[in-house]
Amino acid sequence: MTAAAERLPPPPSTIGPLAWLQRNLFSSWASSVATIVVGAVIVLIVFLVIEWAVIDARWGVITNNLRLFLIGQYPLEEAWRVWLALLVVSVMTGLSAAAQGSRATRTLASGLAAGQALLGVLALVSNMGLNVAGGLLVNAAVVWLAFAVGVRRPVRTRLLGLAWLASVPILFLLMQGFGVPLFPTVATHLWGGLLLTFLLSVGGIALSFPFGVLLALGRRSDLPLVRVLSTAYIEVIRGVPLITLLFMAAIMLPLFLPGDLRIEHVFRALAGITLFSAAYVAENVRGGLQAIPSGQIEAANAIGLNAFQRNLYVVLPQALRTVIPANVGLFISLLKDTTLVAIAGTGLLELLGIGRRVVAQPSWIGAEVEVYAFISAVFFFMCYVMSQASYRLEEELGVGKR
Amino acid sequence: MLRVAAQVAALVLVLLVGYVLWTIFSANMASARLSIDYGFMRATAGFDISQTVIPYSPRDSYGHAFLAGLLNTLMVSFVGIVLATLLGIVVGVARLSRNWLLNRIASGYVEIMRNTPLLVQLVLVYAVLLTLPSVANSLQLGDAIFLNQRGLFLPRPIAQPPFGLWLAMIGVGLAVAIVAARLSAFRQDRGLPSFSLGRLGLLILVVFSVGGWVVLQPMVFDVPVLERFNFIGGVVISPSFAALLFGLIIYTAAFIGEVVRGGIQAVTRGQLEAAYAIGLRPAQTLRLIVFPQALRIIVPPLTSQYLNLTKNSSLAIAVGFPDLFSVTRTIGNQTGQPVSVIVLVMSTYLTISLVTSLLMNIYNRRVQVLER
Repeated sequence: MTAAAERLPPPPSTIGPLAWLQRNLFSSWASSVATIVVGAVIVLIVFLVIEWAVIDARWGVITNNLRLFLIGQYPLEEAWRVWLALLVVSVMTGLSAAAQGSRATRTLASGLAAGQALLGVLALVSNMGLNVAGGLLVNAAVVWLAFAVGVRRPVRTRLLGLAWLASVPILFLLMQGFGVPLFPTVATHLWGGLLLTFLLSVGGIALSFPFGVLLALGRRSDLPLVRVLSTAYIEVIRGVPLITLLFMAAIMLPLFLPGDLRIEHVFRALAGITLFSAAYVAENVRGGLQAIPSGQIEAANAIGLNAFQRNLYVVLPQALRTVIPANVGLFISLLKDTTLVAIAGTGLLELLGIGRRVVAQPSWIGAEVEVYAFISAVFFFMCYVMSQASYRLEEELGVGKR
Repeated sequence: MLRVAAQVAALVLVLLVGYVLWTIFSANMASARLSIDYGFMRATAGFDISQTVIPYSPRDSYGHAFLAGLLNTLMVSFVGIVLATLLGIVVGVARLSRNWLLNRIASGYVEIMRNTPLLVQLVLVYAVLLTLPSVANSLQLGDAIFLNQRGLFLPRPIAQPPFGLWLAMIGVGLAVAIVAARLSAFRQDRGLPSFSLGRLGLLILVVFSVGGWVVLQPMVFDVPVLERFNFIGGVVISPSFAALLFGLIIYTAAFIGEVVRGGIQAVTRGQLEAAYAIGLRPAQTLRLIVFPQALRIIVPPLTSQYLNLTKNSSLAIAVGFPDLFSVTRTIGNQTGQPVSVIVLVMSTYLTISLVTSLLMNIYNRRVQVLER
């Protein structure tokens, strides 16, 4: 008998927290150095930020001005109309999330509920009165309620789509009022804060979408004149910064209207945003149009459809479907870009504009960092929810998968 | 026949709408005493511009002020593009790192940057910079670099007579290094033993530049000195410029990082495996195999990020940096000719965009030629 084989030590563990650390943080010499250096810097930054936020920051600038951040100068006694509009949006979002059964719409619904709940709690902390806090918190619950109802008794998607389309003008009119006793007119120059941010971004995308689709079709048209004009428009707009367009809309738009016709500042800014984003919508849609196999178009021609019918029944339904995620991305950019109206001399006070006005108050001088950090957080919440929804949508539609 | 009719109809419609708008526009312009006329560009500007690349004083013309603003925009865009590209590459590579911490931090960074408006970031950075200590309590590094509310004060290098000679020495060192590297590569291609000539060349370059510096003393430094209220001398990076540049860089770098990541991920696995199979080391694989192929995919989206950065520099007005848009807006207010000024500023930005995309298209074509 020879000696027993030499005993080898057991192989290093490949499971458990230690192995995880070794594999993911200290796999090599360089990786260990990176982990330690970056980790130290991050800990330091987080510590400094927390120290500032807890000890030095004057958060009173947010709580005392919360109403301005939410709705601007919109009169408080009429604010119930805003919460009513939000209620309608909450119901429709909950129902859509249930009806579509898609994870993307569910993400949006959770985001809407969570966002309203957070703002509601903030309003509660700020002593804004139960009117505001209650409105927001109830609406947060309504999203879930509508979802629960929608799961039991699904609403037809087509019906919901029509309701969404109709809701934009109806809710706008509800909040603007008709000048009758229960609904006195609240002029748009009083709208501000988050409310105006939503008006500008939703209005901007809604108005620019049809315009953008026409431009995209025009750019791919067989008629050279139409093609040249559409291409020129798209390229010129994409070559200039939005702020110059907003400036132009604020100053030059009235010059293109007959003498006594006045146009509200909100609509001037909306016009600037629409002219701008239509060019980007057009480029997105063009991507969708190019992705359609030529067989589809040949088949449409073969069954005798004319150009109009071909686009309406065959090309656009397929093209628009594939570009939904890209347009969600565009909407996120647009939402972020609405902040530009604060500096383009339009006189409008959306979220950032209100923030700049708030820090100009004598009692809040020096509270800039708090205000801008709050505004960043609000935008981050909205945009993050939408970008997550957009990723899910891409997965569901199988964009980029072969 | 129908096609011709449709085009004629479209043309007539466009002309008709254009004519109606033009009629209303010119009537309104006339009644508001506005015109599109650039005669005022020769008149004295009369306003100051806080920071310029070229010499400028309020007694110069509006045209000169416009030029100063344009050069400020070009300067901030150029510096921003270079630095954002470097940071973007770091972010993109970190996003692909197998180190969990680096990876998470890079993706958190990208999410935060992409989901908050650039303008809010700019005013936030500016607000943070304004919380720095006052001039009297400046943070300082040695006796030469000072940081306070009014900016970062650095020593200003001033060239001395031997400066030209020193540059020539660096040039010679560079030439030697390049020749050495070429020779080394040539020998390697022929399968001859390639001793590390490249490193030798680098050494010569370092010796020439450092040694030349020590011997010739080609520059002296004008160090900022605290006088009664502010620092005198040196060169100052103002908070508005720093906020604009920093904001543009960190915002654009997040987008460039995603572009770089996409480009690297698009290089197929087989390429990597082949590179390792022929015995290349990881660094060589990145340099020789991955980057050249990733570059082809990266260039077009990178171009649009560069254009975005240039266009976004027009947000300078929010932090008080006198860029093209900010200066021309002042010109418009002073001359009472906002319409002429809008047309001018839009066509200037359009020209910058078109020229940049032209240059990048040429570069793109050169990169793409490598494709078989």
